[in-house]
Amino acid sequence: MDKNKKIIELKNISKSYDGVTVLDNIQLHIYDNEFLTLLGPSGCGKTTTLRMIGGFETPDTGDVLFLGERINDLPAHKRNVNTVFQRYALFPHLNVFDNVAFPLKEKKVPREEIEEKVTEMLKLVKLTGFEKRNVTNLSGGQQQRVAIARALVSRPQVLLLDEPLGALDLKLRKDMQQELKSIQKATGITFIFVTHDQEEALSMSDTIVVMSDGRIQQIGTPTDIYNEPKNAFVADFIGESNIVDGIMREDFKVTFSGHTFECVDKGFAKNEPVDVVVRPEDVDIVPLEKGMLQGLITSVTFMGVHYEIIVDINGFKWMIQTTDFAAEGEKVGIFIEPDAIHIMKKSEYSGMFGDYSSYSMEMDELSVVESEDEE
Amino acid sequence: MKGHRNSVTRMALAPYSVWALLFILVPLVFVAYYAFTDNNMHFTLDNITKFFTAKSTVTGDNGETLQVRTYMVIFWRSVKLAVISTIVCLLMGYPIAYIIARARPKVQKTIITLIMIPMWMNFLIRTYAWMTILQDTGLLNNLLANLHLGRMHIIGTESAVVIGMVYDYLPYMILPIYSIMAKLDTRLLEAAHDLGCNNISTLRRVVFPLSLPGVVSGVTMVLIPSISTFYISQKLGNGKFFLIGDAIEGQYVANNLHFAAAIAFILMVILLIAMALMKRYTDSRVAGGV
Repeated sequence: MDKNKKIIELKNISKSYDGVTVLDNIQLHIYDNEFLTLLGPSGCGKTTTLRMIGGFETPDTGDVLFLGERINDLPAHKRNVNTVFQRYALFPHLNVFDNVAFPLKEKKVPREEIEEKVTEMLKLVKLTGFEKRNVTNLSGGQQQRVAIARALVSRPQVLLLDEPLGALDLKLRKDMQQELKSIQKATGITFIFVTHDQEEALSMSDTIVVMSDGRIQQIGTPTDIYNEPKNAFVADFIGESNIVDGIMREDFKVTFSGHTFECVDKGFAKNEPVDVVVRPEDVDIVPLEKGMLQGLITSVTFMGVHYEIIVDINGFKWMIQTTDFAAEGEKVGIFIEPDAIHIMKKSEYSGMFGDYSSYSMEMDELSVVESEDEE
Repeated sequence: MKGHRNSVTRMALAPYSVWALLFILVPLVFVAYYAFTDNNMHFTLDNITKFFTAKSTVTGDNGETLQVRTYMVIFWRSVKLAVISTIVCLLMGYPIAYIIARARPKVQKTIITLIMIPMWMNFLIRTYAWMTILQDTGLLNNLLANLHLGRMHIIGTESAVVIGMVYDYLPYMILPIYSIMAKLDTRLLEAAHDLGCNNISTLRRVVFPLSLPGVVSGVTMVLIPSISTFYISQKLGNGKFFLIGDAIEGQYVANNLHFAAAIAFILMVILLIAMALMKRYTDSRVAGGV
């Protein structure tokens, strides 16, 4: 990533359809050679943002800059930006070779050069020997690769990927994540990737942009976003979080669940109400008398590597991930290290997330399936 | 189990099979039978050879008398007018279908209904309507005269016949192309733009190849009825452009059933061959696609 070269800038972008705001004052810059992910749930505006960079949407207000130049009204075919579409959008009347050669033929590239470049691209996406195959007979993963080859063959400066892995099964998805990452490194092209899958975003990106309700909630590296979420939405969307109401007594001292803890955050007003985030893996279960808090175990689920334990503490359900077994119905003590506590300012999302009282794995999976068919 | 299922399927299909047999196959067999028999129902090839050899005398442009093969002249004239009509229908129908398919769903429905409404009227009446429009003192010429553009002589020309055919058969070109275009995935168009195509090259490289199946069925549905059409030429061509359909009608009216059947039979064979060739060509063009 080249921090000195901003390849794309979005300035004060807003957009609404039929009076419904889809994007609300988006500010974003993307560096050359960056792998940037737009992450968020259905309808958060991530795809609209991507389509604006691709040239398929125009902002109501604000500017899209490409290498410092305003490109709001530049049509898609004149932008040095290519897209891998959600369902690939391969041309069914052309075979693999002709699909990949499509943009080169439009540019009237000489035949030998086309052949050379297409062969090289098919090698990059591991589809050598598939030249004459009909695209409609390929598997999802193979179609995906053709789409990537087609989008990369004319060497765009930016590649846009709109949930490209959404339709693949889990195993293939993991493989393609690795491959996309290595293709990005090998080509040095800026990738802007849209997904609602937080794991995908964490494992692939240089930078993650978390979006919700048409606004950017946080921009940062994967570790920043995970360790220092800015508000309850980000904390809940990225990974698992227990989010409780707290009061910042003074610097490095916070009270929640009836106990005052030491923490590592400062800079809040005296007695300011805050949101407190504690990740499930950072909570320790200890004997009742040694605990800072006491609670009752209401459910235990074996997850393979660890147990997922729900503990009721003063009516608030905490999720704890631990490799030690504890039995359901047991009363236990809870111990939290100072650096496991992360303090956030109150936001509009306060109180909406972070309680596991209605938690169940099935619900989580269902909501993922639903959101795959969005946009 | 499988045998049982098959017999159920067959029984369910029985009414349609009977219908197809009675109303499609049997008439065709009769046409073929009549084509190869004489008035005494004896086998003969005379009717067929008559079509290719019958001659008549016409007066040429310079007043000289010419011997021509009557039915070959009529046949080629029919082919020519039908091909011209089909081309005009395609040139008009394709953009119309494209525009409809890109319109909002509500607008699409309205336009399709408007296109269908004339089809609810008998085509004889529609042809009569065109007579009043195209006559030397008809609507069109009066309009032209009022605009001081001068009158045009249209009725009784080949153009009038083509206008009549295009009017009658245009919906059969628009509808199949529209139905293919309406199903066209808009993401393919976005992909084409994304990969550097402007509107024209998107149309040429993506929309047109993918709409070919619609074009083929549109062309078939216009070409075949317009080759065998009758009456339009009599009314709008003032009887000067006798077409193969008119010839068949004329022979039936004159009670020459066997010769009428022979012309119909020959026309059918020629059309079948033409369709087979066209299908082969387009199959190779859209191989595997769509």
